[in-house]
Amino acid sequence: MSSISKAPQDFGFGEDEVMLRDVAHRFLDARLPTDKLRRLVAERPETVYDGGATAPWDKALWSEIVELGWTGLAIDQEQGGADISLVGIAGIVEEVGRYALPSPLIPTLSASMMLRAAGTEAANRIMTQIASEGTPTGLAITNARGSWEPGDAPLTAVADGDGLILSGSAYFVQDAFKVDVLLVSAKLGNKLLLCGVRTDAKGVHLKQDHIHDLTRDQASVHFDEVRIEPEAIISRDAASVFQATWPRLMVLIAADLCGAAEWLLQTTVEYAKERVQFDRPIGFFQAVKHPLVNAMMKIDEARSLVYHACAELDAGSENAVTAAHMAKSSASDAAAFISDRSIQLHGGIGFTWEHALHIYFKRNMHNQALMGDGVYHRQKLADLVIGPISVI
Amino acid sequence: MNAPIQEPDPNEFRSKVRRWLEENVPPPSPERLPITPIEVMTFGQRDYLQEWQRKCYKAGLVGTDIPVEYGGYGHKGLQSIANQEMKRAKVPYLINIVGLSMAVPTILRHGTEEQKRKFIPGCLSGEEIWCQGFSEPGAGSDLANQRTMAKKDGDDWILNGHKVWTSLGHFAKWMILLTRTSSEHKYEGLTYFLCPIEGQSGVTVRPLVKITGETGFNEVLFEDARIPDAYRLDEVGKGWTVAMTTLTAERGASEGAGSGGGAGDILGATAKLVELARNSWSGDTLAADNPVTRDAIVQRSIAAEGLRQSARRARVSSLCDHPMRLPLQQKLAVTEFDQENARLGVQIAGAHSTLYKRDSRAPSEGHWPLAYLNSYGNTIAAGTNEIQRNILGERVLGLPKSK
Repeated sequence: MSSISKAPQDFGFGEDEVMLRDVAHRFLDARLPTDKLRRLVAERPETVYDGGATAPWDKALWSEIVELGWTGLAIDQEQGGADISLVGIAGIVEEVGRYALPSPLIPTLSASMMLRAAGTEAANRIMTQIASEGTPTGLAITNARGSWEPGDAPLTAVADGDGLILSGSAYFVQDAFKVDVLLVSAKLGNKLLLCGVRTDAKGVHLKQDHIHDLTRDQASVHFDEVRIEPEAIISRDAASVFQATWPRLMVLIAADLCGAAEWLLQTTVEYAKERVQFDRPIGFFQAVKHPLVNAMMKIDEARSLVYHACAELDAGSENAVTAAHMAKSSASDAAAFISDRSIQLHGGIGFTWEHALHIYFKRNMHNQALMGDGVYHRQKLADLVIGPISVI
Repeated sequence: MNAPIQEPDPNEFRSKVRRWLEENVPPPSPERLPITPIEVMTFGQRDYLQEWQRKCYKAGLVGTDIPVEYGGYGHKGLQSIANQEMKRAKVPYLINIVGLSMAVPTILRHGTEEQKRKFIPGCLSGEEIWCQGFSEPGAGSDLANQRTMAKKDGDDWILNGHKVWTSLGHFAKWMILLTRTSSEHKYEGLTYFLCPIEGQSGVTVRPLVKITGETGFNEVLFEDARIPDAYRLDEVGKGWTVAMTTLTAERGASEGAGSGGGAGDILGATAKLVELARNSWSGDTLAADNPVTRDAIVQRSIAAEGLRQSARRARVSSLCDHPMRLPLQQKLAVTEFDQENARLGVQIAGAHSTLYKRDSRAPSEGHWPLAYLNSYGNTIAAGTNEIQRNILGERVLGLPKSK
């Protein structure tokens, strides 16, 4: 690992980034306090888990988010966006994780980053829509195996005049029932394609996955010979677009994990100060105190690595991919650790539906797997840090 | 560079230091040096390191931010640059670590003008080596449980007691010493002294042997040792407050008076493990090809980058929730990082991890088992890591006190 880095000493987290994060914090604190979150997504388990209803979300809150300009954060000013640095976006996404916001924001930011990397006219048109109207947009980039490899496009395309016909199924599509547009990756021969498709287009069928996370929905999306007009083809050679975007997608999830992990830490610390057993607050006991300190240290490592990865990506450093793998690995494991300890240290109440802990626990479990868990990223890092395995 | 550095511009200072270090690479040590200065054992090692500290001091790399009247160079905020450059140049460490990182900050804060002028210059030059007399057989994590008694006798104090884990004690001219002057109050009954050791009657320094088989620290016995009241630091009964200054400085919250090169090359630690894995076998495959070992090495490299980036983040207040949250993790994080690395090195070395320092087939001259055994010194010293976790839980997270 060379120390060649053009990134600034403060990670590029300047006054504007601080202001954006603080606005996000105050906004979500006012609009989505824990009680409201619980009433919104976890009032009745039978509705979400047994009734087959789509995961609830607050559309009025989403309109306010669009008003705040969050959908345009990763879009250039020419397309009406705010063009905020990745480290600035990470600061906001940490707050999104802290309040476990159910919304299509993360998919929309991910899609914006993909579109910006493509930079074509078709991409610009969709970005203008996202920035001005807040069109929720998602990604259909994962196959049936749940592969996170950018080359494993889920769909196949055949030429149809100027346009294309898409067939096949994309899986693990995040917030598919919230988005209006999907960016889909497909193979045409040995080329990777990226196209924009409306979720209500003819031949597109969404089938809801039954998931444990209450703060999002997920679906498999079937494409039954869907006709793509030439102006909806974002890139006919998207390998480099995926290569450039993937590390950004990892750090977005990592930032969400960091925010949610910090909420779990602070919530458990508060409980440990109040809950009295054996005539003392349980935080007095080192069996409670020390794991909380360990969790804090893991979260701090993850946060430092997330800011580092963002700064490296913002600066276009050669270290950026390594840094992004490190951030997602560390954040996944830090969040897993505090998720585990938060339920255990709360004792009986932490095991009940009544407490909000499980909402965060499940969001974290979901996010750990999304874009690859710690083991996956460390396998990637091994090739970068040690070199490929020499003997097979 | 014979004249002390005068220029206050940080960038200029940095390049001057860098150039000086390039032009003044010390000759190799005639004897193998231990991993850290607190394990220095032989007079040969001492002489070599004392000479190196003297040169660094003369060049303005030690005592950089200390006032001129106390033997320093009177700059502001340049010591950390000198420390960084010495680390970067991978030059030997400074032997007088207890003096520079503990005694000097404590004397500066609590000493009289006379004490500052008397004690600090010799400490900076390395001529007078310091040791620390805090720990006792019955006072480890519960540091205030001091039994070493200091009794007033006219203008003198008579000392009786037993100090342990005294690194550098066998070379030391002075000791920062915590004693009990009253049995009535646990904390307010403590008093702090700057105590002469070398040639002092009633003081015996005896080596203690570590789990490595090496000496390197000592026990110090006080039997009716008599010292003047002029060596008392701050008021009678203020010993605990003074000791806290020392411990805060020791745990890395301040830059001290210089730290030198040596250990602490965080990213280099992973490179060493990779190198070892490329030359070690796991059954009939290279350790570097074993997926479990690969995962373990990558975990160390993530931890290394995490430490480096957290050190950066600690300087960006808008990215820190609590001002002490990252600084107070430093001792704990670094000592456990080193320990985990050494443990993994032993594991990777496999059968060869059985070979110790004097075996010609031992990888890196037995570095891995030696580093692993030695690592416990640092996870225990300066407040065990369990005590560090109490401090973090209480001061940063606000959990109830464990005592």
